[in-house]
Amino acid sequence: MSKDNQILEELTSKEYEHGWSVNYEADEAPVGLTEETIRWISAKKEEPQWLLDWRLKAFKTWQAMSEPKWANVHYPKIDLQSLKYYSAPKLANKPKNLDEVDPELLDIYKRLGINLNEQKRLQGIAVDAVLDSVSVATTFKGTLSKLGIVFCSFSEAVKEHPELVKKYLGSVVPMTDNYYAALNAAVFSDGSFCYIPKGVRCPMELSTYFRINAANTGQFERTLIVAEDESYVSYLEGCTAPQRDENQLHAAVVEIYAGAHAEVKYSTVQNWFPGSKEGVGGIYNFVTKRGICAGDFSKISWTQVETGSAVTWKYPSCILKGDNSIGEFYSVAVTNNYQQADTGTKMIHIGKNTKSRIVSKGISAGKSQNSYRGQVQVMKRATNARNFSQCDSLLMGDRCGAHTFPYIDINNPTAKVEHEATTSKIGEDQLFYCNQRGIATEDAVALIVNGYAKEVLNQLPMEFAVEAQKLLALTLEGSVG
Amino acid sequence: MLSIKNLHASIEGTPILRGINLEVKAGEVHAIMGPNGSGKSTLASVLAGREEYEVTEGEVIFKGIDLLELSPEVRAREGVFLAFQYPVEIPGVSSTNFLRTAVNQVREYRGLDPLDAVKFLTLMKEKMKLVEIDQKLLSRSLNEGFSGGEKKRNEIFQMAMLDPTLSILDETDSGLDIDALRIVSNGVNQLKSDKNATIVVTHYQRLLDYIVPDFVHVLYNGRIVKSGTKELAMELEEKGYDWIKEEVDSKATV
Repeated sequence: MSKDNQILEELTSKEYEHGWSVNYEADEAPVGLTEETIRWISAKKEEPQWLLDWRLKAFKTWQAMSEPKWANVHYPKIDLQSLKYYSAPKLANKPKNLDEVDPELLDIYKRLGINLNEQKRLQGIAVDAVLDSVSVATTFKGTLSKLGIVFCSFSEAVKEHPELVKKYLGSVVPMTDNYYAALNAAVFSDGSFCYIPKGVRCPMELSTYFRINAANTGQFERTLIVAEDESYVSYLEGCTAPQRDENQLHAAVVEIYAGAHAEVKYSTVQNWFPGSKEGVGGIYNFVTKRGICAGDFSKISWTQVETGSAVTWKYPSCILKGDNSIGEFYSVAVTNNYQQADTGTKMIHIGKNTKSRIVSKGISAGKSQNSYRGQVQVMKRATNARNFSQCDSLLMGDRCGAHTFPYIDINNPTAKVEHEATTSKIGEDQLFYCNQRGIATEDAVALIVNGYAKEVLNQLPMEFAVEAQKLLALTLEGSVG
Repeated sequence: MLSIKNLHASIEGTPILRGINLEVKAGEVHAIMGPNGSGKSTLASVLAGREEYEVTEGEVIFKGIDLLELSPEVRAREGVFLAFQYPVEIPGVSSTNFLRTAVNQVREYRGLDPLDAVKFLTLMKEKMKLVEIDQKLLSRSLNEGFSGGEKKRNEIFQMAMLDPTLSILDETDSGLDIDALRIVSNGVNQLKSDKNATIVVTHYQRLLDYIVPDFVHVLYNGRIVKSGTKELAMELEEKGYDWIKEEVDSKATV
């Protein structure tokens, strides 16, 4: 074994920080997935008939589908019949405002560094906190509603704004889209809903914090963001889960609609439990995220920092339907130990003069496998479409893998598509140079990696960027090679 | 300050240094010269703690401490500075950010409080003058796209910021035009004091016109085969290294 590997072995010892769980009395669906389960969930949530019908249709669709096998990830077959599809903390009464939320639940978020108390929050971020299958609290609702902005849990939106939910649900990610999207449509329990009316610039960052707590439970949340013409919103998503020996399934759907001249920024810092150093446990993160730039001059920008999960399967995409619309995808995906990630984006150019930009930075360490998979599609009508893609891979050690799968499909001769790719290793030379200036190796790795990922980290809102930098350093702690 | 005794070092089993002896006192400037492949850069790397080199024999005592026992970063914090022959590029990391990390880690080791942004910037402005370096250069990614001269100036600037006790300049003159050479040497000279020492590793005498050494040592086949004053450097410039090689080789055959 080379010296590099020895150092790597010795130092890869950082434990997952959010691996604790809390015991609370929960309301849970019976184990297994049948039509009954879906009816049970829908009844629990007191849903209208149309939504139940929608779910049941999705379930039928899903039953006829099979699991996608094309991704460059390997995991044992998931027994979907052994999972629970709903778990919610038991509440005596549904809290009407934050003061009524069980302090024990608020405490869970406090331990994660998220204070749901509005007075103590830093200004400028409204949070929807989702625990297992339900949203437990949403902050700053009052402030936002004065501007006509709706920011609440999905369940609440179904009750309060059924016309909006009905109009947009499944409009960007149809239930037939793929295996996991269909499954989500059938069993989704909660998530966030956000509506920005015409001409409104959302004055604060909106954020959802997802936490899986219960064991043997899948988390299937759904987020829907609607930005009407000339509106703007920046949305953040964070997630963690307890450390458990078994794998847990997280199959979420995010849909974004952007009207003419609207802009939506969607940022994710994903830190699900990645499994142990030996590759035991961890979250299977099979997520469908898609936005449609429906109106002219609209813009959707995805930024993701992916550090967690045992297996990630995720391609936040943009459908550039409106003329002159813009889609962006900025990604840092870090894998360590036995993690596997197959992530990237799809940019579908339909409108004229549409532009897309893809910046993907993969970092692989340990025995992990990290794949970028991206598709750029230019349709016939999309005159003067532009795409620029940059896919960089950084390797640490010699037992990890980095893969790039770019797909380009051009149907209009005026398209200009550029693709750049690089692969590099953190060099002994770079580390020695830092050491010689007095910088410890761990800090040197953090410095080099953050430099490498800077272009993406710069896209994140300030507070998140600092968190993300720390997270990158933590994930890679000890992966010197 | 620095005492090297019978130092042997090899890389991948090939011996490069075969018994170096050298004493350096505070306030002195020593020049290490020698033909290509004589082990000059290896000596610099071994002192800085580069891991590819294996020390097979001998000792290095620095300020009373066994230097060879220390990791590269601890050596740096103790005051050993190496100005690299080929400074590496670190994309996305500005020189300023890099140096602030370095300076504060060194300060922490020495029991000093970290410098805040304002104090750091003040210190930087002061030291920038020494090597006539532009602040714009320092906000760019470290060494990325720097010219040869800019890289070397940046090395000396870092040296000024870190305030080392022992500075080792590895072929700092290579790739420098005459103006850059003057600026870099000027920086080094201003940093000299009776408390620190400098080892200048060079192939040519040219640099020694600017940084005047107290002692000149000639390295050949991994040993110091001749020591003298700056006149020795002049003689080498004039006659080349062959006469020394012959002298050594004939002795060896006797």
